[in-house]
Amino acid sequence: MIKYIIKRILYAIPILIGVNILTFTLFFVVNSPDEIARLHLGNKRVTQEQIISWNEERGYNNPLFYNNSEIGLKVFKKTIFYEKSFKLFLFDFGLSDSGRDIKYDIKQRMWPSLAIALPSLFVGLFINITFALFFVFFRFTYVDYFGVILCVALMSVSSLFYIIGGQYLISKLLHLVPISGYTQGLDAIKFLILPTIISVIYSIGSGTRWYRSLFLEEIEKDYVKTARSKGLSEVTVLFHHVFRNALIPILTGVVVILPLLFLGSLIVESFFGIPGLGSYTIDAIQSQDFAIVRAMVFLGSILYIFGLILTDISYTLVDPRVSLK
Amino acid sequence: MFVYLLTDIFFYLIIISLLIYILYVRRTPDMLRTWSYVFKNKTGIISIVVLSFFMLIAFFDSIHVKKKILNNDTNQFIYSNDIQSLLDIILLPTYENFEKSYSSPFSSKLYSKETIKLKDGSEKRIYPGLAYKGNHNKYSKNISANLVITAILSLVKSFIIFLFFYLIIFYRTLYERKNNIFYNFKNNNILCITFYILLFIFLLLYDLSTQYYVLGTDKVGVDVLYKSIKSIRTGILIGTLTTIVMLPFAIFLGIFAGFIGGIVDDIIQYIYTTLNSIPSVLLIASAILILQVHMANNPLNFENIYERADLRLFFLCMILGLTSWTGLCRLLRGESMKLREVEFVQASQTFGLNKFSIIIRHIIPNIMHIVIITVVLDFSALVLAEAVLSYVNIGVDPTTYSWGNMINDARLEMSREPVVWWSLFSAFLFMFILVLFANLFADVVRDAFDPRASKKYE
Repeated sequence: MIKYIIKRILYAIPILIGVNILTFTLFFVVNSPDEIARLHLGNKRVTQEQIISWNEERGYNNPLFYNNSEIGLKVFKKTIFYEKSFKLFLFDFGLSDSGRDIKYDIKQRMWPSLAIALPSLFVGLFINITFALFFVFFRFTYVDYFGVILCVALMSVSSLFYIIGGQYLISKLLHLVPISGYTQGLDAIKFLILPTIISVIYSIGSGTRWYRSLFLEEIEKDYVKTARSKGLSEVTVLFHHVFRNALIPILTGVVVILPLLFLGSLIVESFFGIPGLGSYTIDAIQSQDFAIVRAMVFLGSILYIFGLILTDISYTLVDPRVSLK
Repeated sequence: MFVYLLTDIFFYLIIISLLIYILYVRRTPDMLRTWSYVFKNKTGIISIVVLSFFMLIAFFDSIHVKKKILNNDTNQFIYSNDIQSLLDIILLPTYENFEKSYSSPFSSKLYSKETIKLKDGSEKRIYPGLAYKGNHNKYSKNISANLVITAILSLVKSFIIFLFFYLIIFYRTLYERKNNIFYNFKNNNILCITFYILLFIFLLLYDLSTQYYVLGTDKVGVDVLYKSIKSIRTGILIGTLTTIVMLPFAIFLGIFAGFIGGIVDDIIQYIYTTLNSIPSVLLIASAILILQVHMANNPLNFENIYERADLRLFFLCMILGLTSWTGLCRLLRGESMKLREVEFVQASQTFGLNKFSIIIRHIIPNIMHIVIITVVLDFSALVLAEAVLSYVNIGVDPTTYSWGNMINDARLEMSREPVVWWSLFSAFLFMFILVLFANLFADVVRDAFDPRASKKYE
């Protein structure tokens, strides 16, 4: 087991190097730092001195890979690649283009993101599975038929509609909760409840359909027929046999996205003014802060790979037939 | 003079490949049988008609022309810089003028009060009347009577056109020819009814738009209905062009990885795991940001605003394609690995058929169902993604008509007093209709092509 995990972690390293090289190419090779500086300072009437000082303040004035003017190891250390890309491996995210400490910001903003993402995930999971079981119980009847059509209709609505509509209906017309904002402590609940509800409603369409198809796949198998021929009731078959076996794909599907929950939801957070990592990323994209985007890309890939490892481990825990080699 | 924008050419390519595929299906009995399941299905046939209608609008919107204008100084004809599409020319009476500001659907007045000087010199705050539409009822002075007459007239007009189509095309292809695969399907009637309803809606909206702003006007007084219709092209292009971009990567890399295996497999797996591990929004955002920097620093290459907007749309599709091929590639890799061990593939290997021929003859036809299912499933997701990306400002160019841009422009209108709801409503409505029918179509296609799905052939 431990041997396997170590192997997986070692396997993750080349992938992270790949991600690192890809972002490095995108951000520094396609466009030179001078061009990025020019964009930030405004395109017209930018003097060369302004660009040089802008680059110097942020450490973009070094050569890309190899620094001729230094000696010893500094030949490699005093370069953009080491300073801006390699240091990500040491979780040293450096300063953003506007001068803030990225690591500090991430630590601060992680928790509001989680406060929305975790409840949305689990409430959504509970509701979707309940609906799916309900439709499967009435499978191939009109209840099921209209349920599926309703799910397709729910899926076809843009996520922006749920957010804008929800804000208008609940906050503006009914005045139940504030439209947007955030505070510390328990008071934050009144700000968190609407985004959570909207995330859950948004997930109902695709989630219910997905779980329904999982259950339906399971329900055609032989062991279910055996259970029924033993004379067990449909409800017992559904909960004791179908549900428990379908839990394996459900669980692994959840585990793989668990680490990514830290990143939060881009759209929901920015609409509701929640100071999480999602709105942090959006702000960075809109203000073209490349340092933050780079850090978030790297963080996202680490969390994704971590999720994959967790999935493999959880497989062995829930399904005794799977063993790790 | 015809103008060919980059995305236009690709859209023609998509239409041509669609036609080639239809010809291929017609000649292959096996494919014909699978597709006839889609055509026999009630939901299937309705969504096909609706989607073709959307495709047709997008196609008309993809034929661009430059108008000839007379230069007064030199008395010579020159081409204007303004690029129009065929759809613009057809819809010209509905959008040629625009109002000052917001006006609600079917209204004859502006949505906000203005101070107006009366003839006797005094000033009064009133809702000024609209300059071009809303006050010119064609058939009757009473608005509701006018609406009813317009509706009845469109009903009659569309029926005449429908009859024309019916006698010339439908009757022959659908009902008369006994050897036609469409022959004697109960759903032929449904097809005709759907076609008729769409025709009616189109004519009704056209007639109404010459008299009213059916979906109101936006902040600068442009007809919202016109904007929504123009956005159809953007939505469809993003849904289809992206797929065209990603398919070659996904198919060839997936097959090579699965069929050849070994070090090739390792390298391809490494590439798609790396790409996959970056959250897709961030990858798209980085690529678009880089493109923006590049465009801002090289303004000379992108002089014409139409070409600039078009190029950005094209790159957006490329980037979306590059980030979304990994999922399909993984599926195809697994399937080709399975096919490699199947008897008929092993037999052709023993007979000395080279690997390339095996891939063309045996592997590709046997993975096509996965490709088709993925393509139709991705379409709706991409249309929805465009809106979200445009909201984050990493979508299409702000000057391009798109539902995402409409939503982005109107995001503050819901907090306005009184509320301006029609821009958002129209964008969401059009997007919903397109995505809903794409989803329904995808469901039926999946049922038809998925070997695991239980299907009932009639």
